[in-house]
Amino acid sequence: MFDPMANAPPLWSNGPTPGSFYNFPGPQTKPNDHFTHSQSPVTTATSIVALAYDKGIMIAGDLLASYGSLARYRNCPRIMEVNDNILLGAGGDYADFQYVKSFIEQKIIDEECLDDGIKLKPKSLYCWLTRVMYQRRNKFDPLWNNLVIGGIQDGTPFLGTVDKLGTAYTDRAICTGYGAHIALPMIRDAIEKKAQPLTQAEARALIEKSLEVLFYRDARSYPKYQLGIIDQDEGVKIEGPLSVSQNWNIATIIKSV
Amino acid sequence: MSSIGTGYDLSASQFSPDGRVFQVEYAMKAVENSGTVIGLKGTDGIVLAAEKLILSKLHEPSTNRRIFNIDRHIGMAFSGLIADARQIVEIARKEAANYRSQYGTNIPLKYLNDRVSMYMHAYTLYSAVRPYGCSVILASYDENEPQMYLIDPSGVSYGFHGCATGKAKQSAKTEIEKLKLGNMTCKDIVKEAAKIIYIVHDELKDKNFELELSWVCKDSNGLHVKVPESVYADAERAAKQAMEADSESDTEDM
Repeated sequence: MFDPMANAPPLWSNGPTPGSFYNFPGPQTKPNDHFTHSQSPVTTATSIVALAYDKGIMIAGDLLASYGSLARYRNCPRIMEVNDNILLGAGGDYADFQYVKSFIEQKIIDEECLDDGIKLKPKSLYCWLTRVMYQRRNKFDPLWNNLVIGGIQDGTPFLGTVDKLGTAYTDRAICTGYGAHIALPMIRDAIEKKAQPLTQAEARALIEKSLEVLFYRDARSYPKYQLGIIDQDEGVKIEGPLSVSQNWNIATIIKSV
Repeated sequence: MSSIGTGYDLSASQFSPDGRVFQVEYAMKAVENSGTVIGLKGTDGIVLAAEKLILSKLHEPSTNRRIFNIDRHIGMAFSGLIADARQIVEIARKEAANYRSQYGTNIPLKYLNDRVSMYMHAYTLYSAVRPYGCSVILASYDENEPQMYLIDPSGVSYGFHGCATGKAKQSAKTEIEKLKLGNMTCKDIVKEAAKIIYIVHDELKDKNFELELSWVCKDSNGLHVKVPESVYADAERAAKQAMEADSESDTEDM
């Protein structure tokens, strides 16, 4: 009888093993349709320190834009007055911040053109920016910023932040970058020790202290800064350039072990 | 009308044998059916005024506005079809925004006028589209210099010291020519503008209208805004008084 299974030659000899991957000989090709330039920032600004007090909010940021560890540009404001009820502060890539700033400015102009008496509110801008940042992250082309949005909505101070991944949260005190490690614990401590909300003077003192400590500890910081305030009674203003008070006398005593 | 039945008025892309484009002329007719709009240039800015005819008593006041903001420093008033005008407003805003994003400064009115008029002109060239049924007045006060242009449905535009379009443009122009615009400030011009709109309004044909007044001038810090309520009230009162005085003298004559 004819048996088809008997004495059949091997189907596959000296070839690729069936069921496993095979690398063809010849030059290897790699995907070349991707870019890497948005995987790191270039000219960067450091921490933003922001907190809410009883009648408003305060946002502070120094004026330095660094090129790596080089203190490259020393007059780069990064607190933006969006309208008379919103302040925006930004850390991270300075060019990305300028881009964000320009499209927010145009958004405000578009809104003014409608002339319907409706103004952008802090929570709306915050929410919208989370969408923008999250969408850019999903395009693998993030805007390399930490944004802090502050204002007064319905009589209550509002502070919110969104980072380059679209991660967002609101809090009474928000610090980005190095400030999240150095300044925020100090600020939280001060807020928790006091039963009532801080007054404007207390908030200002706290921010000044935070920037001083940050200047001692953060090698990318700078002693010239701007302070943006939105107050229920006084409205919006951006002060500066202000100077961080500093005292290095103690530095000579410290010996590293 | 000589154009009807000749077949030359069906398309905007075809001339008639005597060298006319009838579709464009019909668009001008659409403009002449709508309320009068005027623009007056003074030493320190520009005033725009519109006679907004109210088609139904059921409309809310201040809907279907005839004067728009294009940018902080530019205003636009139109006469003609409102839906067409809104599209022009939109592209003008886009052009202004685009210029700012590229050059970082406010668009000069000369450039905006160029872009908007070329856009409107493009709609007079193809058989698949119809021309815009509106004329627009563009006004700005930039670098201490007032500027004003009027664009027709044909895409033609001119700079003006005083211009009028819409139903009563002829009589409005005669009224404007009586003014000494060269040495008037916007504060005075607002009243004159209101007067002109009241004078040229035809009470027999159109019953209700709403006066719209805006300016872009030194007093408004170079921003195009509705005139402040007090200024509006003064201007409207002055216009109504002028009308009453006018009708009294008319009856005396008889």
